[in-house]
Amino acid sequence: MWLWLLRRLGQVIPTLLILSVLVFGLQQLMPGDPALILAGEERGDAQVLAQIRAELMLDRPLAEQYLHWLWRVLHGDFGFSWRIRMPVGELILTKLPVTFQLAAMSFIIGVVIGVPCGVLSAVWRDRPADWAINGVALFGISMPNFWLGIMMILLFSVQLGWLPPSGYVPLWEDPLMSLETTIMPAFVLGTGVASVLMRHTRAAMLGALSQDYVRTARAKGLSETLVVGKHALRNALIPVVTLGTIEFGRLLAGAVLTEQIFSIPGFGKLVVDAVFNRDYPVVQGVVMATALIFVTLSLIADMLYMAINPRLRTA
Amino acid sequence: MSVAAIESGESPGRRALRRFAQHKLAMFGLVIVVIFVAAAALAPWIAPFDPLETSWSRLRQPPSWAHPFGTDENGRDVLSRVLHGARASMMAGVIAVGGAVVIGVPIGLLAGLGGKWMDMVISRVADAMLSIPFLILAIALAAFLGPALENAMLAIAISASPIFVRLARGMALDARNTDWVEAARAMGNPPWRIGLVHVLPNILPPLLVQATLAIAEAIIAEASLSFLGLGQQPPNPSWGSMLNSAQRFIESAPWLAIFPGLAIFLVVLAFNLVGDGLRDALDPRSQKR
Amino acid sequence: MIRRILLTACAAIGLSAGIAQAQPNTQNLRIGLREDPDILDPTLARTFVGRIVFASLCDKLFDINERLEIVPQLATSYSWEDPRTLLITLREGVRFHDGDVMDAEAVRYSLNRHLTMQGSFRRSEINTMESMEVVSPLQLRIRLSAPSAPFLSQLTDRAGMVVSPRAAEAAGRNFGNRPVCAGPFRFVERVAQDRIVVERFPEYWNAGAIHVNRITYLPIPDSTVRLANLQSGALEMVQTIDPDDVPAVRRNNRLRISISDELGYQGITINTGNGARAQTPMGQNPRVREAFELAIDRDAVNRVVYEGMFAPTAQPVPPANPMHIRDFRPEARNVERARALLREAGVTTPLRVEMTVPNNPDLRQVGEVIQAMVREAGFELRLNATEFATSLQAATRGEFELYLVAWSGRVDMDGNFWAFTHSRGAQNDGRYANPEVDRLLDAARIEPNADARRALYAQAYQIAFRQDRHRIYLWHRKNIVAHTARLSGFVNVADGLIRPQGIRLQ
Repeated sequence: MWLWLLRRLGQVIPTLLILSVLVFGLQQLMPGDPALILAGEERGDAQVLAQIRAELMLDRPLAEQYLHWLWRVLHGDFGFSWRIRMPVGELILTKLPVTFQLAAMSFIIGVVIGVPCGVLSAVWRDRPADWAINGVALFGISMPNFWLGIMMILLFSVQLGWLPPSGYVPLWEDPLMSLETTIMPAFVLGTGVASVLMRHTRAAMLGALSQDYVRTARAKGLSETLVVGKHALRNALIPVVTLGTIEFGRLLAGAVLTEQIFSIPGFGKLVVDAVFNRDYPVVQGVVMATALIFVTLSLIADMLYMAINPRLRTA
Repeated sequence: MSVAAIESGESPGRRALRRFAQHKLAMFGLVIVVIFVAAAALAPWIAPFDPLETSWSRLRQPPSWAHPFGTDENGRDVLSRVLHGARASMMAGVIAVGGAVVIGVPIGLLAGLGGKWMDMVISRVADAMLSIPFLILAIALAAFLGPALENAMLAIAISASPIFVRLARGMALDARNTDWVEAARAMGNPPWRIGLVHVLPNILPPLLVQATLAIAEAIIAEASLSFLGLGQQPPNPSWGSMLNSAQRFIESAPWLAIFPGLAIFLVVLAFNLVGDGLRDALDPRSQKR
Repeated sequence: MIRRILLTACAAIGLSAGIAQAQPNTQNLRIGLREDPDILDPTLARTFVGRIVFASLCDKLFDINERLEIVPQLATSYSWEDPRTLLITLREGVRFHDGDVMDAEAVRYSLNRHLTMQGSFRRSEINTMESMEVVSPLQLRIRLSAPSAPFLSQLTDRAGMVVSPRAAEAAGRNFGNRPVCAGPFRFVERVAQDRIVVERFPEYWNAGAIHVNRITYLPIPDSTVRLANLQSGALEMVQTIDPDDVPAVRRNNRLRISISDELGYQGITINTGNGARAQTPMGQNPRVREAFELAIDRDAVNRVVYEGMFAPTAQPVPPANPMHIRDFRPEARNVERARALLREAGVTTPLRVEMTVPNNPDLRQVGEVIQAMVREAGFELRLNATEFATSLQAATRGEFELYLVAWSGRVDMDGNFWAFTHSRGAQNDGRYANPEVDRLLDAARIEPNADARRALYAQAYQIAFRQDRHRIYLWHRKNIVAHTARLSGFVNVADGLIRPQGIRLQ
């Protein structure tokens, strides 16, 4: 187990290094000179541009810029935002709880809808109820998030006036308001998670239901509820747990458009705005942070999978 | 190869086809896909109006007999634009995923068959790409390439390719340990030949499933990029760009947002249904019927 | 089924929340902004929305009123001792948010900071300043290197903001993270992309004009969502709404709307001399440009896209500006004449032209409408919707033929004209250069007499816009501020700022 963990960590580090090079390279390819944006109305003045470039090290060779950045990151310093001059590390720390709350709420909504639906759909396979649940689940992944978000704002905020249309209140400031501001985006994101979980639960349940031990249980005359609930479900949940961890990681990493529409100041909004403003230190910092979270969660998923399914340990 | 298939004396392909045909939801999805493909292909002939024809005298008119989906902010017929928009969306879906397969599968096979170092480098790069949120990668790529439908497709193709790298690699690794590949290698076949002749046919079924589902995702991705203004350029219609313009009129002219939104929803739903159906039909483990 | 249950659950939460919210607040003003401001340092700030926040944080030496007249703020009076020497008298008893006294030395420090700080965006606004002399604690003498008509008006914006020297010295380049000025509100906190909070400064020199305790600025980029926030009572005020939302707001009796002309304009920059893309019939032949302009019906575009709310124009300053030239009007659309001009120019039609358009829904629509209009005259217009960062670079490097641009505008005419049309202008992206126009613009800059100055501009207009046609001006937009009916006392000045003085909430 420890050896395996070491090996996995050995994979994570080069992945992150490659990612940092990718992100750095991608930004250099992007059109739009950050110095020009920062120069604003003085963009015709070569002296101002040279000054800005010098300050941001944009006039140095690429490799030097990269190594400088990497060196600082290794010392825990992600630099500062060019646009608002706040330390990137601080920005990430203020956004993380927001995104985490949104992800957690979406995930809960996803699990509460997705898992039971998946189980029922498997039990009632090919009956109208199965189709109906499948239909609802597919609704979740087939509906573009941004579209559903706009429609919900229109209905619940503008027409009915029940919920604030956008914005965010931290959980510790006013829990009720906080829930109000996040319930719509969480629902929008949650439908997607629910659908994925439902489909995988269904598949896993179908697999479990066709296993020998379930047949035996049935043959013994145990009630269907008991068969499904006790024997099949437990085994079916194994892949669902690991998948759930990864889905959670995905939620943390990218609720880009949803955050944009609901003006939730989380990671997605931070990074999209930074891309459009060419605020490179922020883009680098946030992408690295999300990647780190994602990679860590995949690692946890794998460990969970092995913990639940001991046969895999030898593999 | 599943035991059941051999027992029944039916070829796996035929069996999958029969199972797919029995899958009512999947068939329903297929019908919708066919309808939309037909709409996209025949748009110039079946659209009642020129999708670019503006008319300042009929701005944002609600649905009527003359314009069943209403007219947009430039007096253009929304139905005609949805039909023509189907071209952008379907092409974006199919071509982007086609591109992702073309990029991803050979690289994945190379990783699986090409030796330890090759595998390590490719896998780490694929992991790195997968750890960037899909849409962010696509936005960055689309911003780099410049806003245009073709570039959006390319951006989606590149962002989606790591999934196919992983899929192909996994299948190649599985196949590598089978007797026939070991035999083929012993006979001195080069890796590319092994990949082409022995591995590729085996990964076709999961590839087909994955590709269908990826098309659904790619259509949403195209809509998202166009929604952010990085896809189809005005005045040409795509569903995402229609939604983008519709946002301003969401209260005064909701039909501008409802119909393209509905179209995206239906097509994506259909591709998902077909993908699910294919998965059930091609999965040798699910033995029911 | 599940969905419905969830919807009901949502609804229940919402309902209970609605009850909790029933008490309207009268002390906390929440304002929705179009985007997140950049750094809150008057020296380094660039964005228009940032100026809205500064209106509550940092008072300026002078301000402007609804009639665009320069009125005292931190200064009480000024006098020109000669055309190059300005004597400013300061208000007595003004304190910064950190308790320090604002005096002539502080003003000298602030102006010097604007002028010399690395990366300052104020330098070009006040670089005619040669020296400063503190005459007494309340008097400062400024010497200019040359007479400057626009100089005083620069002191009504960020260049005229006075910062606390002690705080600025201590914070250095990070001053913007916690600005300390002499405005009616002091900085409380900023959560990037989420909110900026300021609270009433009790020792403000004009404290009697301030009737709210706290202002929260919330950046909400989507205009539909911004308006929805206002409608649902989550905001008391929004910075701008789209013209097509105006009827909905007017119908709503809990909301009020306030409209003023902006200081700037919307126009089309033509690449006439910036690199290879200028080497086209459009870039080289004024007749082709004239044909293009004549093919556009400004009124119709305005009607289709902006509900007819904006004011069509042919010049860079709006009617409210004293330098506006009443007789210089847009020409009526004339497709026949446009076709004839293209024939005279000897180009083969349809003539392919590309226009870079900002990636906003309304400006894309403007592009589409113009595209349809100029087609009739023989242009095949391709639109290239481009996000801001990319288009900025393209414009500077000359990678465009036509560029649909907007300018938020300055109080003094010079700020709307010189930088865009003078051959050395920093924002002259088409690299238009006509020595005669340069001469007129330079002369107007130092002309103290308003009528004489206006005459110089009129001459420059004729050459630059009727003869050379290096830019096309389309219309002046409006500042459309919407607020709850509970809010009163708001004065809508053409610069589009939200001045907290006088605003009350019931």
